[in-house]
Amino acid sequence: MSSQDDTLREQIREAINSQAKTNVNVLSSLHAVLDSLGYIPVQAIEEVADHNSTTINEVWGVASFYTNFRFSPPRENTVEICWGPTCHLEGIQEVIHAVLEDLGMTDEGDSEDVSLRFNTCLGACAQAPVMMVNHELIGKVTKEAAKKRILELRKDE
Amino acid sequence: MPSYNELKSQADDHWSQLTNGDEPWIRIGTAMCGHAAGAYGVLNTVSSELERLGVKARVDEVGCLGICYAEPLLDIQKPGGPRVFFANVKVEQVPEILQAYLLEDRIPESNILGYLGTPAIQNIPDVSQIPGLKMQQRIALRNGGIIAPNDILQYVANGGYKGLRKALFEMQPEEVIKEVTDSGLRGRGGAAFPTGVKWSFMVRSPGPPKYILCNCEEGDPGAYNDKGILESDPYTLLEGMCIAGYATGATNGFVFIRHGHEGPINRTETAIKQAYANGLLGKNILGSDFSFDIEVSLTGESYVAGEETALMEAIEGRRSQPRYRPPFPAAFGVWGKPSTINNVKSLSYAPEIISNGAEWFSSIGVNRSTGTAIVCLNGKVNSPGLYEVPMGLTLGEVINDIGGGVKNGKNLKMMQTGGPLGGVLGAESLGVHIDFDEMREAGAIFGSGGIIVIDEDTCAVDITRNLVAFTQYESCGKCFPCRLGMEQLLEVVERIAALEGTNKDLQLLKSIGTTMEASSLCGHGQLGFGPIRSALQHFEIDFTTHIEEKRCPTGSCLKPMIAPKNTRPYSNDFSGQTMPLQINI
Repeated sequence: MSSQDDTLREQIREAINSQAKTNVNVLSSLHAVLDSLGYIPVQAIEEVADHNSTTINEVWGVASFYTNFRFSPPRENTVEICWGPTCHLEGIQEVIHAVLEDLGMTDEGDSEDVSLRFNTCLGACAQAPVMMVNHELIGKVTKEAAKKRILELRKDE
Repeated sequence: MPSYNELKSQADDHWSQLTNGDEPWIRIGTAMCGHAAGAYGVLNTVSSELERLGVKARVDEVGCLGICYAEPLLDIQKPGGPRVFFANVKVEQVPEILQAYLLEDRIPESNILGYLGTPAIQNIPDVSQIPGLKMQQRIALRNGGIIAPNDILQYVANGGYKGLRKALFEMQPEEVIKEVTDSGLRGRGGAAFPTGVKWSFMVRSPGPPKYILCNCEEGDPGAYNDKGILESDPYTLLEGMCIAGYATGATNGFVFIRHGHEGPINRTETAIKQAYANGLLGKNILGSDFSFDIEVSLTGESYVAGEETALMEAIEGRRSQPRYRPPFPAAFGVWGKPSTINNVKSLSYAPEIISNGAEWFSSIGVNRSTGTAIVCLNGKVNSPGLYEVPMGLTLGEVINDIGGGVKNGKNLKMMQTGGPLGGVLGAESLGVHIDFDEMREAGAIFGSGGIIVIDEDTCAVDITRNLVAFTQYESCGKCFPCRLGMEQLLEVVERIAALEGTNKDLQLLKSIGTTMEASSLCGHGQLGFGPIRSALQHFEIDFTTHIEEKRCPTGSCLKPMIAPKNTRPYSNDFSGQTMPLQINI
């Protein structure tokens, strides 16, 4: 095994072992890895299975079920756009189209520097339409504001 | 551990120091709604400006006052004075507001919303008289925007833990259950089942352990009241869970929240730590014989995780897919132990019901819908918000009197209520009362409290395709009527939206929908046809215009809708990895 692999496994184990809860299980361990690394590497599937005395099939089953898990490192910036009914009414589709165009994408996924996801509800419907850039919620977002924010992300780098 | 009286006297001192001490108290609403409106920018600027001006003040992040349309809301209380509110504050306006009000004792005109409390301030409005607050009667959210959700003493100073203390020292568990049953409280998660009756199911189940599970999955788009309670006042939930635990003989509680909702998660975890530190959780609570532990449990993103047996699967760390029933949770719940699942709102009422009595609670509301409705009013309405109002107001009173009517002078077309599995009502239903039974009869449900206002510019087919795209995306895949049915419903609705529908399609929708209703395993599939049925019931004309005239009556369907199209297991991102197989015997 390469030393890179060892380091990754070390990080994964640390994330799994540092859960300060009584209810530690496959799902909580996967969340611990996700919070620490931002994604679920294949090694984490094995480590989570080991830690919880279960099979990697079971762990894959859980990880592939919940839509918040991803299996490759996220890009430098994360953008989530809400497509719930309130945001839909308030014109989120225009924002989605503008952001996709800016990122040169046709669907959610990764561009060179942005990981884009559609979210079913970001919980701030009174400020709809809503998007979230690097954990910052932005309400009443227009396509111009969204484009500007994404441009700023690139300047920050 | 301090006794209740010691704690209360410490809390009262703390509160009087906050409101009448030597420095101003600044409160800024940073719940999700304030956050999205830019409250964190305001908060940071307030801190840096105070430093620059050399003014000492206490700054607290608080939750939600309900008037989301006024966010970001900056609330400044000078010692001994009333609270003064500035609404829709922009970062660049903060220096002027602080300079004027704190240093020059002058109220700047821009952004002023009014004052709250005494003494009155001349020439600015009394905030308690604006419709968004005047028409509210806050019970579960009574402390929202008032106390800091990370300071348990503020909760105790405002009457916190009086209910639990009364339950533990003056009431037998069965009396607590009777009180909750007599109050008429019905579950606020959607099903409206009497909470006291639900609690009574678990009493005779053997334990320990027995569990109280609080459901804050809240995946309904258009609803944010559970998260609103956790961000505004997580203590009322913790106290309510302890009361439920005492009444049912439970030993442990889990607060079940969706991963990624950082505000509610962090605030609940902080509240739990403080409750333990003050003897309000753990062994021998308040010096009684009652012991109870609470922990946060996170679910991954999955709407069906809010279904009660799926929730238990997720707490055990598996896929959130519903179980077959019977056995029911009260006998065989999480880890096979007796469990009771309640929504955040239902549990958050318990402290006040015990403090003030069943009669007080049942005097609020109408018919078999007692207490308050916590309404998430949003969509095309002038003053969206999180309003806790007595049950029995009409939809019209909520939308027009509190919400200020439909935006931009447009006409109301529909109200979507009860979440994506609820239904739509037409403008003729403005006289329908917010009453669980009356709304069900009208063809919608009150559900978890979301009311999305839709104006005449939106086609019923457009909103329906959005709702069905959601329910299809969120089908857990366990039972095939839902998994396949949802996909077919979406296909047909999208075909109609794209003006390619045929005369047979409406019949086809009904046939698929009724099959799903009859044969799906859980509420997701059973209710999945609801939004289409109610849209057809009230707005069939929108569908037939698409099919027969090949046009969309408002044009809103012509914009292409991008939404994730997946059936579980979700597999957009395995990066070319194949899932390795491992067979263990």
